[in-house]
Amino acid sequence: MAPPALLLAVFFVLPMLIMASFSFRLGTFAPERYVFTTEHYWDFISRTSFHRLLLRSIGVAFITAGASIVLAYPLAHFLVFRAGRMQLTLLSLLIIPAWTSYLLRILAWKVILGSNGLLNSFLLQAGLIQEGSARLLYSPSAVVVTLVYVWIPFVALPIFAALQRIDGSVLEAAADLGCPAWQTFLRVIFPLSLPGVAAGFLFVFIPTLGEWVTPALVGGARGVMYGNLIQDQFVRALNWPMGSVMSLVMLALMLVQLALFSRVVRLSDLAAV
Amino acid sequence: MEFAAELRAVCKVYASGRQPQGAVTAVTDLDLSIRQGEFFTLLGPSGCGKTTTLRMIAGFESPSSGELLIQGQSMNAVPPNKRPVNTVFQNYALFPHLTVMQNVAFGLEVARVPRAERDRRAAEALELVRLPDLGDRKPAQLSGGQQQRVALARALVNRPALLLLDEPLGALDLKLRKEMQVELKSLQRRVGITFVYVTHDQEEALTMSDRIAVMNHGRLLQMGDPVSIYEQPATCFVADFIGETNFLQAVVLAADGTQVRLRAAGCELLVPQSGQQLSGGQAVTVALRPEKLALQSSPGTKGGGLTGFVQELVFIGTDTRYVVRLETGEMVTVRVQNAGQGSSNSWRSGDPVQVHWEQQCARILTA
Repeated sequence: MAPPALLLAVFFVLPMLIMASFSFRLGTFAPERYVFTTEHYWDFISRTSFHRLLLRSIGVAFITAGASIVLAYPLAHFLVFRAGRMQLTLLSLLIIPAWTSYLLRILAWKVILGSNGLLNSFLLQAGLIQEGSARLLYSPSAVVVTLVYVWIPFVALPIFAALQRIDGSVLEAAADLGCPAWQTFLRVIFPLSLPGVAAGFLFVFIPTLGEWVTPALVGGARGVMYGNLIQDQFVRALNWPMGSVMSLVMLALMLVQLALFSRVVRLSDLAAV
Repeated sequence: MEFAAELRAVCKVYASGRQPQGAVTAVTDLDLSIRQGEFFTLLGPSGCGKTTTLRMIAGFESPSSGELLIQGQSMNAVPPNKRPVNTVFQNYALFPHLTVMQNVAFGLEVARVPRAERDRRAAEALELVRLPDLGDRKPAQLSGGQQQRVALARALVNRPALLLLDEPLGALDLKLRKEMQVELKSLQRRVGITFVYVTHDQEEALTMSDRIAVMNHGRLLQMGDPVSIYEQPATCFVADFIGETNFLQAVVLAADGTQVRLRAAGCELLVPQSGQQLSGGQAVTVALRPEKLALQSSPGTKGGGLTGFVQELVFIGTDTRYVVRLETGEMVTVRVQNAGQGSSNSWRSGDPVQVHWEQQCARILTA
């Protein structure tokens, strides 16, 4: 077997198989470990609280991905078409923060959103809120805001690459055929950047759906996500089979989403950006 | 007479870098008048300013100085999307996300032409370029030649005052290029739109154009119809760039109103005047087209002519090229048509020969 295939088999396929096999066991430890059952699947189907949390996590992932694109697109557009010789400098400024610790960037938002934090103090000083009335931290919104901040560079990059790949003469052709700048954007630039947008969307949506660190740090009780539930099953409840079932359900959802995306954009296009 | 486009003393300077001496002059003092309905070609080697000139007419570049008019209207301050011109780009620049039909209808859609008319005109345009059945394909599914036709249909469908073509045949193979040359020319006759065509291929320019403007180093060297450009080149550059030419260094001995007597390659020659002011002792160049020269065995019956030896000969089917080394060491190429059967009047390498021509075929050049 070729080395890359071996790598894939050992580090991706094998763990998946182990997890899949765990989903059919009765318990985490012997002797239940050696009893095979589909009980946990039936259990999952009956647990409506799980479903609600899964749906909410999908919602959070959608909003996060959507908001990241809305904010990152103008950035990427500016870098490609307006930045000129500042392009490299500005691109670096966009990327460098992403090299600092992920945890650090999340904790920074705790400082900003906390009840005695930057934003509350500012609003209080400006007289826009009464003492303690704005609860920004420990909510689903705090999770979305933090994740959007974390993801923006990762969304901006594929959009940047897609915009960069557009042949300049095609834009001249649009102008030549009568398009003012905004029509050139709507008719040519935006449609041609869609593979980058789709890639950016997936880059955010998939990890956000499984996210558990950010909700644990800034989400509070109201901001719990499906990923936290999976973590609980493995770490607290020590119910590995149930955790495996929940992980597989999420994996299946992601595959369905990839399949839907592949009907709109070719996956090889995503790989190219 | 109203011109389709006029350039008056147009210059284009690119500021490159921060130093003023880094500026690059692409076009200098260019005056062009493009007539209504003609096939006008900008011809020159790469970097001569022909594409910059075309891009200024299209509006992608703005002149550094001078004035540009299209149908009598000043265009200096008009953006490309508001100019009554359309461009066929060198790499076609088709919209990859749209079908062929959508590509062709693009300009009409932007101009809010009603749907029924838009569809009809786009279909007509595709028929005009002989691609009526490919409307549903994407550009990537077409061959280079087909993409070229789509680009042409996409521009023509808008009925522009001028159609600008930037080396549109450059990417096609030789055979297809020859076919498209003929087709483009007949298409231009049928639609009656003024074509401004940019090329570095002199043969292409001669084949298709009503008039040619030869450019080099950002300047216009000569403008005229193909025959006058070929037969009466104004400078050595034009004579050399268009077709093949032998140049002989010469010194004027005497000049009257119609003829010039000069000394070249050790012989005295009589050459017709071509408009220049010449005086005795002046150094000039005599240009001789290889196909206008004839060979004769030396010593021959006719006197005069240049004498030398056949240095090299190349058989190229329709004719044979003889390279004759003159007594002064200068080389002259002679093309002899293979009119007769066999090789009745052929010479071998090393044979002594005389080179003759009809007097009016030689041309004096001073620049």
